[in-house]
Amino acid sequence: MTISQADTSTRFGPFGGRYVPETLIAALDELDEAYAAAQADPEFSDEFEALLRDYVGRPSPLTRARRLEAEVGGGPIYLKREDLNHTGAHKINNTIGQALLARRMGKKRIIAETGAGQHGVATATACALFDLECVVYMGAEDVERQALNVFRMELLGAEVRSVDSGTRTLKDATNEAIRDWVTRVEDTHYIIGSVVGPAPFPRMVRDFQAVIGRETREQILELEGRLPASVVACVGGGSNAMGIFHPFVDDPDVRLVGVEAAGEGIASGHHSASLSAGRPGVLHGALSYLLQDEDGQVAPAHSISAGLDYPGVGPEHSFLKDSGRAHYVAVDDERALVGFHRLAELEGIIPALETAHAVAYLLEQGRRETREGPVVLCLSGRGDKDVAHVARAEGRGSLL
Amino acid sequence: MTESASPPSTHLPTIADVFRRRHEAGRAALIPYICAGFPDAETSLALLRQAADAGADVIELGIPFSDPLADGPTIQRASFQALERGMTAEGALALLRQFREDHDTPVVLFTYLNPIHRYGMDRFVEAARDAGAQGLLITDLPVGADPELEAAVRRGGLDLIRLLAPTTTPARIPRVGESGSGFLYYISRTGVTGARTELRTELAREVEAIREHVSLPLAVGFGISTPEQAALVAKLADGVVVGSALVEAVETGGVEAGGAFLRSLRQAMDQRE
Repeated sequence: MTISQADTSTRFGPFGGRYVPETLIAALDELDEAYAAAQADPEFSDEFEALLRDYVGRPSPLTRARRLEAEVGGGPIYLKREDLNHTGAHKINNTIGQALLARRMGKKRIIAETGAGQHGVATATACALFDLECVVYMGAEDVERQALNVFRMELLGAEVRSVDSGTRTLKDATNEAIRDWVTRVEDTHYIIGSVVGPAPFPRMVRDFQAVIGRETREQILELEGRLPASVVACVGGGSNAMGIFHPFVDDPDVRLVGVEAAGEGIASGHHSASLSAGRPGVLHGALSYLLQDEDGQVAPAHSISAGLDYPGVGPEHSFLKDSGRAHYVAVDDERALVGFHRLAELEGIIPALETAHAVAYLLEQGRRETREGPVVLCLSGRGDKDVAHVARAEGRGSLL
Repeated sequence: MTESASPPSTHLPTIADVFRRRHEAGRAALIPYICAGFPDAETSLALLRQAADAGADVIELGIPFSDPLADGPTIQRASFQALERGMTAEGALALLRQFREDHDTPVVLFTYLNPIHRYGMDRFVEAARDAGAQGLLITDLPVGADPELEAAVRRGGLDLIRLLAPTTTPARIPRVGESGSGFLYYISRTGVTGARTELRTELAREVEAIREHVSLPLAVGFGISTPEQAALVAKLADGVVVGSALVEAVETGGVEAGGAFLRSLRQAMDQRE
C-alpha cells in the first residue's frame, strides 16, 4: 500500500503526517499558524537567540578529542558539547523555543512526556523561567529507575504523573500526554520532546534544535577550514541527530550517521532500532519506521538508555534513510557501556548513555570514518544522570 | 454525501437503511461499542448477539490496538486484555463472520490505523466486506489526513464513519460531513473515552449547530453511562453511542449484565411522553 503524498507540508516524502484524533486538529492548525507567525517575527528569533546565549550558555564548544583520536588511530574527531548546556543536554534548546511559542499562543499550561527525565527536566526548567504550569508524564518504570530526576522536576515546580499503562515507559507516557492534550487542548500546549508526533512537531523541534548544526558548521569551518567528512549522532526519537544533521543535509559530501540502540542485540528482539529493524507504521500521529509485530501492534522497545527506549523514530529520519542521505547503524547495550567508560577515561567527559552509543560507534569505526576528513560527534548530553544506573548494571549497586 | 455505500452481495441492511427506519419510527438508534476479544473471543461474540437482541441498531466492533491514545482507562483495559488473549484484526473479522450466521445488524469496525495499515488497507477493506462489515471508523485518520487511504475505504464499499469534536471548527464541519457516509459520530466532549456522570449543558446547542452544516444522521457518544443520559441524547440526536459503560457492565456482571444494560438504554430511549 502506498501512502499519499498530497499533503506535502506535513510530510517528509511519504513519512510524517497528522494521524491524530479529530479533537486535536484545531490545536495543530493553531500551532502551525503560531509557529509560522513566530518564524516570520524577528522579535521571536531575537528573544530565542538571547535566551540560548544568556540562559542556556550557547554557543556550545566544539572540542577536539585528541586521546580518542589516538585510541582509534585516525584523523581529527570533534565533540559538539551539548552536555555543557544548562540542564546538561540538548533538550533545552527545544523546550525554550516551545515555551516561548506557548506564551505567544496564550497557553498557560504545559504538558510533556519524558523517558529518562531529561526532557522533563528541560521542560520544567523552561516552565519555571516563564511561569507556566507544568505537568510531566513519565512511565512508572522510569519513575522508579530515575527517582532523582523526578525530584529535580518537582524542585523546578513541575508535577510528575506516573503512567502505569502498557509497558510503563516512554511510549506510554507519550500516550498519556496525548490523552491529556485531547482533554485540555484549549488551555494547554504539549511540548513534545523529540522530532516525533504529528505535524508540525517534527519540523518545529528540528528547527529549534538546528542551532546545534549551525554552530557546528561555523566552528568546524573556522577550525578546519572545511566541512566535516562525517557527522555522527545517537538516535532515539532523533532530535539531537536531526538538529546537527539539518544544516548539512544539502552538503552531499558530508556523511550523516545515526546510531540507534541495539539493546540486547537485534536478533534478540529486545532493542530500540526502529530504522534498522522496524517497518513503516503509524504511532503518535506520524507515519515512520516503527517496531511492531505482524498484526500491527507496537512492539516494546528495549535499551539500557531510557532516552533511546522508544519503538518509533522521527519521520524525517525515515525519509533520510529511505532516500539514502543518512546512514543508520545500531550499537548494543554492552558496547554502549564501553563507550561510556572510554570517553570518561580518555577525555574526562562522562557522556549520557544515549550519547555513549555514538561514542562506541566511533571507537569501532572512527579510523574508517576519519579517512576522508574530520568527524563531528554530537555529544548530546552528560552522563551524571546515568552514573547510578551504570553502577547497578555493573554490580556496584552497593555504592548507592 | 448522504448515500450509504452499496451493500455487499447478500441483502444486509445498510447503515443508512437502519437510520432511515429509526427516523421514520421517531426513535434514535442505539450504537454499542464492543471490543473484540474482551474478555475473550467467545464472550465478545456472545455479547455481539446479546447486543443485537437487546435492540442495538448498529454495532461498533473494536479491533484492539496496543496504543489506544484516544481511549480512557476502561477501553484501554479491555483492549490490553483482548490483545493478551491473542485478538487480531483477522480474529475480529472471524467473530464478525460468526455473528453474520444469525444476525444482520450493521457492524462498523472501530480501530486505529496501524493494525489496518499493517494488514494493507485495500486488502483489509475487502476482507471486512466479505466478513459482513458495513462501515469503518479509524480514530487516528481524521478528514484530509491521508486522501489515498480515505479513498480506499470508499472504493472498497465501506461507509467511512467520521468523527466530529467540540473543537472542530465551523469551517471544517461541512468538510467532515461530506467526507463521511453512514452517519457522523459527534464526540460530545474533549477528552478520551470513558463513562461520565454528567452530560455537558452545551450539547443541545452544539448538535443543532452541526445539523445546520451536515445532512448525514448524527450520533452522539463519549461519556454516556445511564439510561437517563441515553434518553436525553436520543431527543437531540439520531443515534446514541455507548462504549465504556457497556464494558464496565460486562466486567461486573458478564454478558447477561451487558445485555440488561443495553435493554435499559433501549427502553429509556424509546419512551416518549
